[in-house]
Amino acid sequence: MMEHIRTPKVEQVRLLDRSSGQRKAAVGTLYLSATHTIFVENNPETRKETWILHSMVSSVERPPPSPVGSQLLLRSKDFRVFQLLIPNERDCLDLHASLTRLSKPEKYSELYCMSFNPNVNKEEREESWSFIDLMEDYKRMGVPNNLWVCTMANSEYRICDTYSSELFVPKSATPAVIVGSSRFRSRGRFPVLSYFHQDTLAAVCRCSQPLSGFSGRCTEDEMMLQAIMKSNPGSEYIYVVDTRPKLNAMANKAAGKGYENEDHYTNIKLQFIGIENIHVMRSSQQKIIDVGELRAPSMTDFLWGLENSGWLKHIKAVLDAGAFIARAVADEGVSVLVHCSDGWDRTAQACSVASVLLDPFYRTIKGLMVLIERDWVSFGHKFSHRYGHLDTDPKEVSPVIDQFLECVWQLSEQFPCAFEFNESFLTQIHLHIYSSQYGTFLGNCQKERRDMRLCERSHSVWPQLWKERAQFLNPLYKAELTQSQGILRPNTSPFCFKMWKGLYNRTERPTQAPVDLLSAVRAESQQLEEELTNHEERIAALSGRPITWEKIDVPRRKINQSYLRFCGPDPPTIYHYPITSSDPDRAHKLCHVPANQTPPLQVRGHNPDDFSDLESGVADFSRSSSGCDYSKDQNVNGFNSTEGLIGAH
Amino acid sequence: MEFAELIKTPRVDGVVLHRPFLPTVEGTLCLTGHHLILSSRQDNTEELWLLHSNIDAIEKRFVGSLGSIIVKCKDLRIIKLDIPGMDECLNIASSIEALSTLDSVSLMYPFFYRPMFEVIEDGWNTFRPADAFKDLESMTDEWRLSDVNKDFSICLSYAPLVAVPKDIDDETLRKVATFRHGGRFPVLSYYHKKNGMVMMRAGQPLTGTSGRRCKEDEKLINATLRPGKRGYIIDTRTVNVAQQAKAKGGGFESEANYPQWRRIHKAIERSNVLQESLIKLVEACNDQTHSMDRWLSKLEASNWQTHVKEILTTACLAAQCIDREGASVLVHGTEGTDSTLQVTSLAQIILDPASRTIRGFQNLVEREWLQAGHPFQVRCSQSAYSNTKSRQEAPVFLLFLDCVWQILRQFPCSFEFNESFLVLLFEHAYASQFGTFLGNCAADRVKLGLLEKTVSLWSWVNRQQELERLTNPLYEANSLVIWPSVAPQSLLLWEGVFLRWNRSSKCLDEAYEEMVHIIEYNKELQSKVNTLRRQLAQLETEDPLLQSP
Repeated sequence: MMEHIRTPKVEQVRLLDRSSGQRKAAVGTLYLSATHTIFVENNPETRKETWILHSMVSSVERPPPSPVGSQLLLRSKDFRVFQLLIPNERDCLDLHASLTRLSKPEKYSELYCMSFNPNVNKEEREESWSFIDLMEDYKRMGVPNNLWVCTMANSEYRICDTYSSELFVPKSATPAVIVGSSRFRSRGRFPVLSYFHQDTLAAVCRCSQPLSGFSGRCTEDEMMLQAIMKSNPGSEYIYVVDTRPKLNAMANKAAGKGYENEDHYTNIKLQFIGIENIHVMRSSQQKIIDVGELRAPSMTDFLWGLENSGWLKHIKAVLDAGAFIARAVADEGVSVLVHCSDGWDRTAQACSVASVLLDPFYRTIKGLMVLIERDWVSFGHKFSHRYGHLDTDPKEVSPVIDQFLECVWQLSEQFPCAFEFNESFLTQIHLHIYSSQYGTFLGNCQKERRDMRLCERSHSVWPQLWKERAQFLNPLYKAELTQSQGILRPNTSPFCFKMWKGLYNRTERPTQAPVDLLSAVRAESQQLEEELTNHEERIAALSGRPITWEKIDVPRRKINQSYLRFCGPDPPTIYHYPITSSDPDRAHKLCHVPANQTPPLQVRGHNPDDFSDLESGVADFSRSSSGCDYSKDQNVNGFNSTEGLIGAH
Repeated sequence: MEFAELIKTPRVDGVVLHRPFLPTVEGTLCLTGHHLILSSRQDNTEELWLLHSNIDAIEKRFVGSLGSIIVKCKDLRIIKLDIPGMDECLNIASSIEALSTLDSVSLMYPFFYRPMFEVIEDGWNTFRPADAFKDLESMTDEWRLSDVNKDFSICLSYAPLVAVPKDIDDETLRKVATFRHGGRFPVLSYYHKKNGMVMMRAGQPLTGTSGRRCKEDEKLINATLRPGKRGYIIDTRTVNVAQQAKAKGGGFESEANYPQWRRIHKAIERSNVLQESLIKLVEACNDQTHSMDRWLSKLEASNWQTHVKEILTTACLAAQCIDREGASVLVHGTEGTDSTLQVTSLAQIILDPASRTIRGFQNLVEREWLQAGHPFQVRCSQSAYSNTKSRQEAPVFLLFLDCVWQILRQFPCSFEFNESFLVLLFEHAYASQFGTFLGNCAADRVKLGLLEKTVSLWSWVNRQQELERLTNPLYEANSLVIWPSVAPQSLLLWEGVFLRWNRSSKCLDEAYEEMVHIIEYNKELQSKVNTLRRQLAQLETEDPLLQSP
């Protein structure tokens, strides 16, 4: 990749990273490495570094130059925006060309995970890939048993190259039925087990759409569905959940695909859910990103933008699908077969949301990893296509798993004690799905990953996240509470859905998050517990057997300090401080300055009796306090007039 | 008038009560002068006691001989009573209607209520202007307490004692009062200890179309300026509205007559617009059949969140002028009893850490709302289910509480009280057994004899068991100014009020308890460790071996 770097180092660059709550541009030096853009602040006290992984860059724009220099706008795949001001236009052009190429790898071998080498040996790397053991999870949910068995029909990916090689099917499904059914299903994705609910013996199964067209039928496929029903002794029918809008499903008939004809399949109940396709979701997400980036919107702008994006509507549809499945399985004890078109996007969403609702295990840190590994990775969700790991067809890109993660987040807002992990676990997973720093999410199915020999050439992300789990713990999680046990029954009324600011609007996040504070308190309590034990031991020792011990000195974090961190700082004294963390990832977490630090009032120079001008006092304030005051005009590319950037010097 | 005349059927058996998120109850319905009571005949008696004054509207429905009354409460709850018998149902309905719309204040429940608790501290004496002034005196000698309004002759809506600049005598005040709407001459609202700047409030100046001026008014407000310093006048109305007010004799301070002041116009809506907004918002929240699109568009169309944003923005502006610009501020709208008070009280929440304590917030409500003459009686006579438009009711105080909640949510550790306290104030402002929110101003309260005849809400709140419930476990005194974000993304719908009866809060309550537990466990540990430390220290000094290692 080095050959794409034209200018490895540019000095006197100004960087504004608004997503970390920054208001003023920092001056520093920009370096290009094979993998990262690195910005080092000149400020000798902080020398703050910002690292931007090339593969995280979603777009490199070059707005028109301003008198003070040329601009570069980097948008990242986790929806952050970095504004750069480069003194020399030549440098800017070089950077633009380099970054454009570097951010669009053409081959897997160019990806970061292939060169990323954490400090572990070969054994550890190999072990990292066995950290999540799906067979163990199937065992945990009680399969194989006398209803469900593991089939070898797909070993060596013989009948479906996008499935994993180990799959669970009803015991009564013979190899002939499996093969026959797979021939009647889009891309050979025949019905298999996703989740088995031990309490009711009902199962969640998944597949792709049948190749029924207008009148086609397949005895083996019908037998397969019958077998699924029989594997649930108590029930007389199964639900077939088609997660597509009915109209889309009908349109597929013309292409020889479609949905199950209820006349051909006995004892099925067909249910359409109406989750839109990947293209609708792609453009919807772009719209909600735009809403998050709105500069000084009015309430009407914001709410209208939210409505117009349709994003929350789609999130609700996904959650509704999961809730329907969970209710069927848990309350009615009826098995459900879920599919969409190919059975790797909406199906993955609906099945995994249902699992989160049905089983408390999937609400733990380890459990969510297992769930993503099963319903997404092993069942052939096309990660590399959906998340644009390589410079391929942009029409294949779509935020499918983003929506699953957001559903989990929305649920955690309704059930604050039910999840072992916090919001940053979700955003961290989101980051790694896009970053290609680890091999876990590379490729589009298990076969591809095997062919690439990813296990040998890269590392798995899960052990790393597990190692860091302390920072992902939800302090409110309590397994004993009723909301943490058994089934979650979410309210899916529209008013229960909120914009996920942790992802789409980082600049306006609340400055004092109670969960962060509680984590600090719990950490302190833990220390106190240790201290307590130590003291007790010592007192016992002292009063009984006077030995001269070293005084046990438990480093004591003053609670007042941790409280203060989350208490509103006085803006005039703290606001202009640079962010003192040198760790780019922690920068925005440490910055707890209220997002709306207001600059001095813009009312000077008004003639109060000049009515036409008077209202601008209003506008200035509302703009300045909306979290994007650094630019006094509402021009996003406002380097020309940004007081902040120029004034910082 | 006797209540008995209004109660045609005092008692009906076999009534079924439907409430949100609770099982239905069958029991006996009783009507008293002030309450609707439903008591199940089970041993573990479950009872509903509903103040008639909490009832905003009722609807009757009949299916055969079974009648239903849908009772819509001012706290936004909706309950349904199934009453066997057409006559009984009609009688009950007409009684409720009559009893919930009594005209005479002195027939209200607070005049009949006798506290079932021991009053430790009489809330009527807890916050007296004289005491507040003592605090002020300790900080500055530039102000004095004037009793020019002692018989409410100068200004009907002011308290008998008000703080004014020291150099302004009562005679001047009398003249100024004639120049300000409702006689509301500029008085001190808040003194910013940090830099000695002040916030004042008043009614609009009565300049009229002729541009009348009042030298005394100019003198009064100029007396609050430091030499060479300028002040800001924040007019809560848009320029156009302020202009139009001239035609009705009102107006604003012109640049020519007030050269030392900069005037800024903001756009806080008037009460009838706010009432309309509340009705629309609650309607949107109560319809659970909405699609996402429809919900968002109705939320937007209600404009409620826009009002929250406007009010907060104006308050931030006032706070910014004082704290960041080092300038004094005068706030007024038209009457100076609604939007003005929203702004001055919220600015104090931002600036003054004391107003973020439980007692300090009571003090704030007492000073900036009750004694400042917010007409609670008329504003809170109806809530979101009222259909009598064009009256004077308006959720001015509720909007203030909503804004406080927004700041509380953004600074969850800086307030001594929790959300429950705000909800409690909302409830009591609309219907209460206490006299605190009765009447429209101090003069009314004297006339009604509230101090003698009713119990103050503060008497009840300031008791240990109530305080415990209302205390924010995360609170850590924060002496700093807190600047809330007013970006739309940062302002949320106040679920604790508007979705309270539409979604179960069980899981959120559990989370709150868990939070309290985490904090209390930590405190317990700390005190234990401290004890051990002392013990250890003692052992160590007693132990001769330790002295000479």
